Formats: sequence, structure tokens, C-alpha cells
Amino acid sequence: MQTAVQLNNLSCVFGSVRAVDGVSLEIGTGEFFSMLGPSGSGKTTCLRLIGGFEVPTGGYIVLFGQDAAKLPPYARDVNTVFQDYALFPHMNVLDNVAYALMVRGVARSERYRRAGEMLELVKLAGLEKRRPAQLSGGQRQRVALARALINRPKLLLLDEPLGALDLKLREEMQIELKALQRSLGITFVYVTHDQSEALSMSDRVAVFNYGKIEQLDTPKGLYEYPRTEFVARFVGSANVLEGRLISQGVGQFALRPERVRITVGSEPKANHLVGRLLDVHYLGSQTRYEVEVEGARVTALTTSDATALPIGSTVTLSWDAASLRRLEDTTNSPRQKASV
Amino acid sequence: MTQPPIAAEPRGWWRRLSDLFYLRPRFLLLLLLLPPLLWMGIIYLGSLFNLLLYSFYSINDFTGQVEYNFTLSTLKSLFTSPANTDIVTRTVLMALAVTAACGLLAFPIAFYMAFYTRANARTVWYMLVLLPLWSSYLVRVYAGRLILAQEGVVSWLLAQLHLSWLLDVILATPVLGGPSLSSSYFGMFLVFTYIWLPYMILPLLASLERVPKSLIQASADLGAKPGQTFRKIIWPLAIPGVAAGSIFTFSLTLGDYIIPQVVGQPGFFIGQMVYVQQGTAGNIPLAAAFSLVPIVVITLYLLLVRRLGAFNAL
Repeated sequence: MQTAVQLNNLSCVFGSVRAVDGVSLEIGTGEFFSMLGPSGSGKTTCLRLIGGFEVPTGGYIVLFGQDAAKLPPYARDVNTVFQDYALFPHMNVLDNVAYALMVRGVARSERYRRAGEMLELVKLAGLEKRRPAQLSGGQRQRVALARALINRPKLLLLDEPLGALDLKLREEMQIELKALQRSLGITFVYVTHDQSEALSMSDRVAVFNYGKIEQLDTPKGLYEYPRTEFVARFVGSANVLEGRLISQGVGQFALRPERVRITVGSEPKANHLVGRLLDVHYLGSQTRYEVEVEGARVTALTTSDATALPIGSTVTLSWDAASLRRLEDTTNSPRQKASV
Repeated sequence: MTQPPIAAEPRGWWRRLSDLFYLRPRFLLLLLLLPPLLWMGIIYLGSLFNLLLYSFYSINDFTGQVEYNFTLSTLKSLFTSPANTDIVTRTVLMALAVTAACGLLAFPIAFYMAFYTRANARTVWYMLVLLPLWSSYLVRVYAGRLILAQEGVVSWLLAQLHLSWLLDVILATPVLGGPSLSSSYFGMFLVFTYIWLPYMILPLLASLERVPKSLIQASADLGAKPGQTFRKIIWPLAIPGVAAGSIFTFSLTLGDYIIPQVVGQPGFFIGQMVYVQQGTAGNIPLAAAFSLVPIVVITLYLLLVRRLGAFNAL
């Protein structure tokens, strides 16, 4: 697999803030790569560095084998779908989509023909003459996508493109985006703070925290084998227990709530805790239990059934030893002041 | 079993007034709008129409009294009398030149403020732009005359830079020049430009501030070089601001009667003409006819600007 993007010890410092702090990664061509993290974790800055909207203060950016750190955005074979879509308000949909061809001097009939094709691809045929202000959020999102794809870039950057859409539409668009990426064979780099979005669409995910990559793995690898407490808590939810496991030693362990079984009463087993049921959240297909164990809180998530456990009752939580994941001792510390 | 509702507590008149305003929002709106509507409708528009009405009257050359007979002769004299057409052309040309210069000077300033300053620095820039408006207009005009005078700062500075020849060339130019900068049309143009510049910067800034930075980035992302981004994105979105600013500078120049008195050559401008005709000369119909000119010119200008699609981005 050829490398589409290669970041080598990349940093970007704004004043005293290390927005991106020594990030290295490789993205293969045709890959759907996500950058996941909370706001301020450096994922968007990292994307903007690849797009050329920020200038790195250290490290290298290599795009398709070419050093790109100093190239302006218009000289990169990369297009971006912006978070606010950034549609040109004074142009209609067709002119927005045809913009990249217009600035390259493609003849009017040719560029309108190709823009029309793109609009058909994103299912917006018939809205050519509308202004962006006359479109719904989902339609604007599609225009932004068509506009960014018209040049058939080798790499498409997407900055939280579904953030402004409601849940139903977001789920639809996730499926469509993934299908589009497969059929076009373009490398997607996708920034999101939504872990389920990242897990469901990506080939690989980089989890960002304080400007650094906490873990880079496949969605399954991230969820099943989180390496740090941050990843365990940010990707899905996790109980973090401290203790000693005979096979893995002393330390912190992550335990997914859905791997915890809950039973009434206190019956001693291997791998169990006894506690008091604090709260029950009925979620439809699943039920979440909050249990207080020796002053700490443990969450269990089970498939719902008709039984109802009374709040305040004594319950036993148990699990298989194989469900525990040993976490590394260190999590990235808050960003340091840049030394000048 | 349903119980009868408990009667609401009796309410004081103040409460009842609040209730009335809340339940009848249109009544409140009427109350709020009535004073300004009366002011605008009667005092302002009424006076204006009265004035315009006078432009259809004429003055009896013999008695100096206004004759209240409907006639187009006064308006016609604007175009027939060479002295009057001179005044109109001179004023309109000056207003056009001042507007163009203000636009050229204001654009880089507004552009810089909108895209390259952070919140604090922008406040300082706002202050700098508005600072001249804190001092009296008359003081600024007279200051302009002193700066441009024969022994003023400008000619001194040019002499220090060995550029006096440049000043001589300007002053020797037929229409623009004169004995000194402060008594030439070019000097008047400089003072006009200086005085009205903030009125161009502010609307321009308001329109540029509304352009999200991401549009400029998107344009670059799609392959547009900086010049193309300016022509295709920034300029079209700035036009409403340019139009608003140019209406300010254009109409302010058309109506001003102080600057042409203090700076420049003795030739009359529209504002002066209105001032003199309605005052000492007592020819209110002619004054009214002259004051019609800026209104007509501005209306034509607005129609033209709209025709060019300047407000499509609004």
C-alpha cells in the first residue's frame, strides 16, 4: 500500500499552547482514517496542517511522497470539507460546486456538466440554482462534499462534517460517506469527537489527547484493547478498577460495562464485587445500573428484561477475568508551556 | 371529580398594564414607534417635501418675492444657466474623486482589521479610525487648511525630501492646481478625503467582518490563488459595504458647504449655493432646486449599483 500521508514528529505551537505536539503517523492510500479526541486535543489542528491552513513549527508533512510542509493549500492535491461547510453565499449551488474548475480555467459548459454529475452523485440534482441559504443543513453538507470532490483529489479532509446535523441524518450520512469513499477509492482523513462515528466508519483511528496520539489502532483494537485510561474512558465507556490480577500483575484495569453481570444478593464468586444499587437507567434495549462499591462507582450494562432490581438493594457484580484490560500507568499530562 | 378553578388574585394597575403589553404586543409596538414615526413623518419628510415643492416655484426677479405658481423654470435653470451647470459638475466630479480615493484608502485598512487583527488590537484600530470624529469638524477642516498652506507642514516636508518639484507640478496643473495646496482643488480633495475616510472604513469593515475566514480557506483549498480568491470571493462580498460607504462619502461631499469655503479655489459648490440662496439671496426656490440634485444623483447611483448586482450577496 502506498503512503498517502506521512507525518513525522509534527508540531504546531500557538503562543504558549502546543496544539500538536510531536505527532507521527502514516496513512495509506484508500484508507478511511479518523482522528478522534475531545475539543482542544489537537485533532483539527493536525487536519489543518495537512490541508495547509496552518504552518507547522516542527516536523515534516509528506503527501504522496512529496514534502508539503511549505506548500500553500492551493498547491496541494488535497481538498477539505469544512466544519461550517464554508459555502460561498453569493453563488448558487452549481457555481459553488464548479468553483474548483472555474479557478483552473475550465470552460463554462464543461465545468457545469461535471458539477451536474457531482450533484447527481450526492443526490442533489434539481437544486442547482438554489443559494446556500436556501438549503437545509444536510443539503449544504452534500454541496460541500460535491465541491470538495469535483477535482477528484487523492486525499479528502473532513473536519467534523456531520457535527451540525441531527442524529438520524448523521447516521444516514455516515453510511453514504463510507459508501462514497469505497466507490471513489479516495483516502479520507476524518476528524470527529464522536467515538461511535469514528468506530463505525474508519479503517484506523488515532485517539488524540493534549496534542499527542494516545493510541492508533483499528476500531476493534481500540475498543477491545485500550492502552490507557483516557482511551478506555473516551472510546466507549469503561470502569477503571485498581487491583492485582494474578496473570497480569498490579495496576489499573479497564472493564467494559457490558461485560459486567449483575445479580441480586451477595454470592461469592471469583472476580466479583458486592455493592449497593444506586440507580437504574432504562434505555430500551439495554439497562444501565450504577452500583456503589466501597465508595467507588461501577457501571453495568445489560440487555433489558422484565425483571426490575430495586434501588438500594445489595447486588453482586461479576465478570470473566479475560474481560479485564491492563492499562498503562501513564496518560498524557496536560500540555506544558512551550519553552522558548 | 373536578374542582372549580380558584379565582386569580386581583392584580394592581401596574401589573395589569404589563399584562396588557404582553397580551397585545402590537399595541406596545405602536406605542414605541409612534414618536419616531411622527418625528420622521412630519418634521423630517414633511419639511423635505415642502422644500422640494419650493423647487417648482420661482422668484420674481423684480420684487425678490417667491411666486407661488407651479413652474419648471427654476429647475430648468439648473441645466440652462452655465454658472449653475458648472456648480453641479464641479460638485459631482469632486464627490466622485473623493469617493474613489476613500475607497482605495479604506479597503486595505478595513481588510487588515477584518482578517488580521485579534479582538484587542481591533479595538485599538476602531479607536484610531474613530478618533478624528471626536474632535470638531471645523477644527479638522481648518487644521487641514493649515497643514496644506504655503508655509505648512506638507510643503516643508516635501522640501526636506527634495520633492518640491512634485508640489510645483501639481500646483501648475490647470484645474487641480492653484497658488498653494490650501487654495487648490487638489487640496480641497485631500481635505474631503481625510474628513470622510472613517465613513468609508466603517461600513466596509462591517461587510468584511461578516465574511467567515473559512470561505477564504475554502477558496484556497479549491485551488484559487490569492488574487482569484480576492476577485471571486472577497470583493463580491465586500460590495455591499463599498456601496454603503460610497453613499456616505458621495452624499456628504455633495452636501458639504464648509470645506469649499475654507479650502480650495473660490468656485461655488452645491452646498454653498443652497446656503447662499436660501440665506442672503432669499431665493428659496433655487436653493430647493439645488438641494434636489444630490437626492436625484444618489437615487440614480443606488439604482445603478443595484443593477450591477451589488446587493445580491445581502
